[in-house]
Amino acid sequence: MELSDSVLDHLRHVSELPDLTGTRYELESEIGRGGMGVVYAARDRQLNRLVALKVLDAALAGEPQLIARLEHPAVVPVYENGTLADGRAFYAMKLVKGVPLDGYFAAPRPLPERLRVVRRVGEALAFAHARGVIHRDLKPANVMVGEFGEVYVMDWGVEAVAGTPAFRAPDRELDARSDIYACGALLRFVLSTATPPALGAIAAKAMSADAAVRYHDVSALLADLDRFQAGMAVEAWAEPWWHRLRRFAERNIVLLVLLAAYAAAKFLLFFLRKL
Amino acid sequence: MKNRILIGLLLGLVLGALDGSSAWFYPEARPVLASIMVGSTIKGMLVGLFTGWFARKVQSTGWGIAVGSGIGLLFAFLVAATDTLNGRHPYLEIMFPGFLVGAIIGFLTQRTGTGPAKAEPS
Repeated sequence: MELSDSVLDHLRHVSELPDLTGTRYELESEIGRGGMGVVYAARDRQLNRLVALKVLDAALAGEPQLIARLEHPAVVPVYENGTLADGRAFYAMKLVKGVPLDGYFAAPRPLPERLRVVRRVGEALAFAHARGVIHRDLKPANVMVGEFGEVYVMDWGVEAVAGTPAFRAPDRELDARSDIYACGALLRFVLSTATPPALGAIAAKAMSADAAVRYHDVSALLADLDRFQAGMAVEAWAEPWWHRLRRFAERNIVLLVLLAAYAAAKFLLFFLRKL
Repeated sequence: MKNRILIGLLLGLVLGALDGSSAWFYPEARPVLASIMVGSTIKGMLVGLFTGWFARKVQSTGWGIAVGSGIGLLFAFLVAATDTLNGRHPYLEIMFPGFLVGAIIGFLTQRTGTGPAKAEPS
């Protein structure tokens, strides 16, 4: 008897399902899959809540320990890890209800919101780097924005199997500076076509092919974003004099108007006196 | 040096002196330019004192400008009422710039310096 393709696919799918016997979880549905494993939605029977269950390839069994070292608002917390009855490693983590970054910015978002999300990613990276953890595969698909605007950086420490060229540094060995490259690529990704030159320069500096030219750490990149949002000059861009003048005028428009009014009043009174 | 009252006094001193020095463009005022500058400086410092004190109490650029211009106008009126130029009180020549100098001092005292330190929680 020959089996149809659909039956074979079903059998293949069923055989891949994790055996949760002996755990506190009930399988609900598959959320997604990648080169490192499959993520399922599952119900925690003891706490009666939904969690994300990631079933890993053996080579990546160390991933939960890596993430567990990162207690940060932008890092999805790990609840538990272990080994399934079928021998595969798994870990349970917070189920993030949200959309990936590319989906979030498919809708029009103001510039401050775009920078806020990049900032949250940068803060998570800075936190991780301070603890010796490198992300290695930062890209829009690995950044989730929750239903209340909370930002999560996912899939830590897993070097991309296929990779996303636009976000992968040309470095021979991936380190913190590679993450800075990816953060710059993320910044460029979220910016619209009408990008202020200062922001474009920040992204370009972070994405420099020469790692030594990039920001020395993520905090320096975030500091430049701070300066941009405060209307100050950024380190990444040697702005022309007229742009510096315009920025000064924008920051001090009230004072300039008052001074101009004072000068105009003095001139007016002087010429009225002549009349 | 971040105290707003002190900053207000310094701003008032500098801007008041500059405002008074503009009397040089009026030939009839040149013989008494020094007294005009002294008076304008003191007026500016009084405006700076009050706007600096206000800035410590209220953090609002709009209100800072309004209060500064109001106090500047008041003191300028008092000076103009006690002064004469060519036999008349120079209300317009003194009050109009005085109003604007007060506004500038009020704005700058809001934007610079810090308020009083907050008490540490026990």
